[in-house]
Amino acid sequence: MYRYDEFDHTLVKERVTQFRGQVERRLAGDITEDQFKPLRLMNGVYLQLHAYMLRVAVPYGTLSGKQMHMLADIATKYDKGYGHFTTRQNIQYNWPALSDIPAILDDLASVEMHAIQTSGNCIRNVTSDQYAGAAAGEVDDPRIWSEIIRQWSTFHPEFTFLPRKFKFAVCGMNEDRAAIRFHDIGIEVVKGKDGAPAFDIYVGGGQGRTPMIGHLIGEAVPAVDLIAYLESIMRVYNMNGRRDNLYKARIKILVHALGAEEMKRQVEEEFVHVKEKGVVNLPEEEIARIRAYFAPPAYEALPDESSALNEAMADNKKFADWVKTNVAEHKADGYAIANISLKPVGGVAGDASDDQMHVMADLATQYSFDELRVTHEQNIVLAHVKKDDLFALWQGLEKAALGTPNLALITDHIVCPGLDYCALANARSIPISQEIAERFNDLDRQHNIGELKVKISGCINACGHHHVGHIGILGVDKKGTEFYQISLGGSADENASVGDILGPAFTEDEIADAIETIVETYIKIRQEGERFIETYRRVGKEPFKETLYATH
Amino acid sequence: MAQHTNTRATTQAVTANRLLDGEVVYFTADGTWSDWLKDADVADGKEACAALLAKAEPSVAAQQVVEPYLFEVAVEDSAIVPASVREKIRMAGPTIRLDLGKQAASI
Repeated sequence: MYRYDEFDHTLVKERVTQFRGQVERRLAGDITEDQFKPLRLMNGVYLQLHAYMLRVAVPYGTLSGKQMHMLADIATKYDKGYGHFTTRQNIQYNWPALSDIPAILDDLASVEMHAIQTSGNCIRNVTSDQYAGAAAGEVDDPRIWSEIIRQWSTFHPEFTFLPRKFKFAVCGMNEDRAAIRFHDIGIEVVKGKDGAPAFDIYVGGGQGRTPMIGHLIGEAVPAVDLIAYLESIMRVYNMNGRRDNLYKARIKILVHALGAEEMKRQVEEEFVHVKEKGVVNLPEEEIARIRAYFAPPAYEALPDESSALNEAMADNKKFADWVKTNVAEHKADGYAIANISLKPVGGVAGDASDDQMHVMADLATQYSFDELRVTHEQNIVLAHVKKDDLFALWQGLEKAALGTPNLALITDHIVCPGLDYCALANARSIPISQEIAERFNDLDRQHNIGELKVKISGCINACGHHHVGHIGILGVDKKGTEFYQISLGGSADENASVGDILGPAFTEDEIADAIETIVETYIKIRQEGERFIETYRRVGKEPFKETLYATH
Repeated sequence: MAQHTNTRATTQAVTANRLLDGEVVYFTADGTWSDWLKDADVADGKEACAALLAKAEPSVAAQQVVEPYLFEVAVEDSAIVPASVREKIRMAGPTIRLDLGKQAASI
């Protein structure tokens, strides 16, 4: 994985020193809250319902064991013994004191981490595919390009005060696990004419109060031009994006207003100027330098079939269930990708205790080349585990209550913090997730239902990705009471779609019953082998609406 | 005015977050800030509420609190009860972690 060079170290250290001074001046009364707020936000510090919240960047979700240990230590030392992994593949601490934050940033800097660009109207942490470098069929490792974008965008003076926040996602193949079509800019690595990596570039996707699917405007852009093309998009947005209305300031609104064709024309016009200057042409040697950091680990030559794995699965149903749901194919023979679910029934989606973080770090060191990935679906991945080691890994996870076998099943939700923590939320999300998980706790039932992605947001900002849930749930406030609106048919993958709102909202007491009615309707009308999303696309919302509102 | 202030409310108290650690605090009758809603001063009527908030405001410049605002309460059997779910959660802590926030003190 990427390691800091002297410039990175200096940059991060200077930033900590700068922020320490800003905190001291704030506490001494030399600067007001209005002056301090934009400064703290630039360093990932929010003020939430109960306390400050610190959001720490995990670039494209990749962490070393040492870094994960440090995240655990920070949770112990400065917070309340846990952290929350987010849909931007970051981690948030919910209880730090403002006066402690400079010390936390020092600790983070000691393991090459920071909280820069985790807030504010700048280019945010770049997200990517959690199976990067491990998935079969990948054109190229998307982390190489994510890292290049990170370096280009970090403290880029032209893009520090954009009309609104700006999010990139990169995936390395046509199977999209990074939700690239729901980002301000989404990038898919494709094969260029010469067989070298090139880039399909989607622009203007997003969720929030106006969900939109990104438009493909750059096709097979060659590597040398990648940054020039992205810079051109950013310039068109920076010039023409709306700064008069917070709710219309994202690039998706600009693309919608101009039309994708006109957006493309303006970007290409700008691209000609950027190219003429030539200053952001990406040099081959720089690509090679970054690529070297993401060289494949030293896989052993193994047979693809593991008799140790087969025997353990035959002897232990619980382990076999975990393998069936949480383990994915790896490109190297004899290896597998292991998903650690942070969605135990009764738990809080995305939360991990300090002890659990230490366990995951140790297991990564022991079994997966000392590397972990945070997923945008709020789980953790060990990307390169020998099949022979899966049973030992699972035993280690089980001991730490990390062996929940529910990946992509109906109890594996994306959930925003909601009104339990968030100052913007209108309704709670976490208790709704817990009620649904408890209702569908039976694993055989979950398997019978099959892949079903439930995503829950506590307000229209859609941090819980409800628009792209196969079942989406949005919490709303009606005169001080929480209600929950259901949408169906959303999807964040390569067949992107925005969910359709079903009808009137439900109370907290009604929502689990409502979800059960939807699921039972699906079970009745599905065809052989048909996933929920496929059934929905075949029949539309009417059959679900009929059963749902007939019984409520 | 804070987005969570109910403009139609008549009975209100003033809350904020403490600057140093972000803790939820309530403005009291003696002009200090308490961690507990039971200590809050409660005002009735538009003018009294505005006066209460005005009395709390200097604490911002004094680096004690951030963003004070009025919120609706009811006084039931001499206990002060917030009207909204949001303020009930701020007063207690996350509903899904009873070991965290102010509610943890009673465990």
